[in-house]
Amino acid sequence: MILLIQYMLIFASVLMLVALGGCFSEHSGVINIGLEGIMVFGALGGALMMKWLPVGASALAVISLSILAAVIFGMLYSLLLAVAAINFSADQTLVGTAMNLMGTALATVIVKAMNTAANPDNVSSTIQYINAKKAFLVNIGSFEFNWFMLLALILLIASYVVLNKTRFGLRLQACGEHPQAADSVGINVYKMRYAGVLISGLLGGIGGLVYITAGVSEWKFENGVAGFGFLALAVMIFGQWKPIRIALAALLFGFFRALGNVYTGFDFLQRLNLPSNVYNMLPYIFSLIVLILTSKNSRAPKAEGVPYDKGAR
Amino acid sequence: MQNKKHTSWLKIPAVQTLLASLLCIVAGVLIGYIALLIINPSGATEAILTVLKNFWTYSRPKTQLKYLGSTLVKTAPLLMCALSVLFAYKVGLFNIGAAGQYVAGAGASLYCALALQLPWWVCLLAAIVCGALLGAISGALKAYCNVNEVISCIMLNWISLYTVNTLLSQVKDPTSPYTLNLKRTNAAAALPSLGLEKLFNNNANVTIAIPLAILCAMAIWVLLAKTRLGYELRATGLNRHAAKYCGMRGKFNIILAMAIAGALAGAGAAMLYLTGFEEWSCTQSSVPAMGFNGIAAAFLGGLSPIGTIFASFFIQHITNGGAYVDKTMYCSQISDFISSVIIYLCGFVLFIRRFMNSRIAKANEKRAALEKGGDKQ
Repeated sequence: MILLIQYMLIFASVLMLVALGGCFSEHSGVINIGLEGIMVFGALGGALMMKWLPVGASALAVISLSILAAVIFGMLYSLLLAVAAINFSADQTLVGTAMNLMGTALATVIVKAMNTAANPDNVSSTIQYINAKKAFLVNIGSFEFNWFMLLALILLIASYVVLNKTRFGLRLQACGEHPQAADSVGINVYKMRYAGVLISGLLGGIGGLVYITAGVSEWKFENGVAGFGFLALAVMIFGQWKPIRIALAALLFGFFRALGNVYTGFDFLQRLNLPSNVYNMLPYIFSLIVLILTSKNSRAPKAEGVPYDKGAR
Repeated sequence: MQNKKHTSWLKIPAVQTLLASLLCIVAGVLIGYIALLIINPSGATEAILTVLKNFWTYSRPKTQLKYLGSTLVKTAPLLMCALSVLFAYKVGLFNIGAAGQYVAGAGASLYCALALQLPWWVCLLAAIVCGALLGAISGALKAYCNVNEVISCIMLNWISLYTVNTLLSQVKDPTSPYTLNLKRTNAAAALPSLGLEKLFNNNANVTIAIPLAILCAMAIWVLLAKTRLGYELRATGLNRHAAKYCGMRGKFNIILAMAIAGALAGAGAAMLYLTGFEEWSCTQSSVPAMGFNGIAAAFLGGLSPIGTIFASFFIQHITNGGAYVDKTMYCSQISDFISSVIIYLCGFVLFIRRFMNSRIAKANEKRAALEKGGDKQ
């Protein structure tokens, strides 16, 4: 039971961080389908940092430096979307899809190249970080507390405040609802959209790092992040683009995802004797049902997905 | 006069699309080359040439022909996936679910072939129906529940992957994660070749799938450009509300378009797995890349069914070529990287075309001004 809660909280943290990232981007008016790719890159940055840090590094250094690396990688990667969507009015869905494919392919190429350079016989795309990972964990009884859970909570509160209580957040939302009106009162729509996409890169990057440290201590980059970025998008839609609701939605989705990891520990679930694939499917089936129920009265930002053109009427 | 003709030639949309696509390819390959240079400068030139050469790596013409056949065998399903993406896009829908519909088609065709021992045309039909059903679900969700088709398609991709893995585990080879060999288990389920294999140095995997896929491309072109249904579908894509106002059945058209797109992708899977070229791995943990590469091929082909034929061949050509790079230095994913860069750059096509048009307009203005000046003198 404790294991279930532990997995639920950590997966919920991932989904919430990434969904909040998507939330910032969409409030500024840019659809970010490329969250999956951003996660992969954030994970790559964090994993590389954990691998390169010396064995004796203090826990604080490991945590802060790997987060920093994930943030930088995620933000740099999100620039690909920002430039294409904001400056070149590219189709945002197309660019996002390309970013997802590129994220996995490029991360695999990079990791394999490094592995082969270190040892010619090693052609795997796996990075190991068993020792560094311990820095993130604190055991409270049999519950394995992860610092990322706290970080996710802090970032949730920060996102709520920034989006709803600050000048920046309100202006950002204006750019997603009616960019022409925002522009007419002197808000720089392009800058705001850059800010939105970069924040999504920041949060998505951290989300990727949290995901690869949840429960495992090595990551095979050929697998990408297995559709988690898209689950996060579903969480965001279910949360109606509002931070607090997103957090609740993430907990619910995290529960279903965690069930797939730990269902063998429950007698009554094991007696059902369902194939493990059913549990793997659960989060996706659940999110599809949720989308069917919630999309009718969607509160999506009105101008999302539409490239801003100053001259348009 | 000569000059004027020249500019009008550049103004033809098809020419602009072709130029933009070629630009994307050149830039994509260049970026791939730079990546190779960064990894290991000594073999980069050879590696990028290997990727671009693919079957020409072999020196004997007969072997080349055989491996050209292998590339074509995989081009057929890719072309079908690309047509699926293209068709939905013309109706204003982004069918990222081609991958899942492809998975459903693979599951249906292989199950019919291996477990039910049915002949090939029934298997192909089953794949088409399953793909169409999956597509129709996304379409119906979009039409009636306002669910974004991209998100619902992605969820369905994963659901169908796990379902098909479970289903095909029943016809799995006991010693490996792959399904049973098609030709040994049920030879009647293999697509007929009608003697086509002789053209490719007896490459037994070359079947009617290849001409069939090209015929499908033609059929899609005719359907979209020359029929009433195609006109209605395109109108729905351009403006759903206007189409409805004109008396077109907007919701029905969305579902129909997604069903046709799904049928195309499903058929594509049957066209690969019923040749016996590949078996399905029941432990796959990610959706096959074919559907996503279809997005690349569709956009690289300038969203025209005919252009897509060539684009599909190119994408498959470099994907196969990636398998030949020197594995001690590089990995085959470099081709995935190149094709993803190409998709990314396809996002800029609109900008490139706008840029071309504005340059042409400026040049025309200048000339007009000059001519005016000449008249005054």
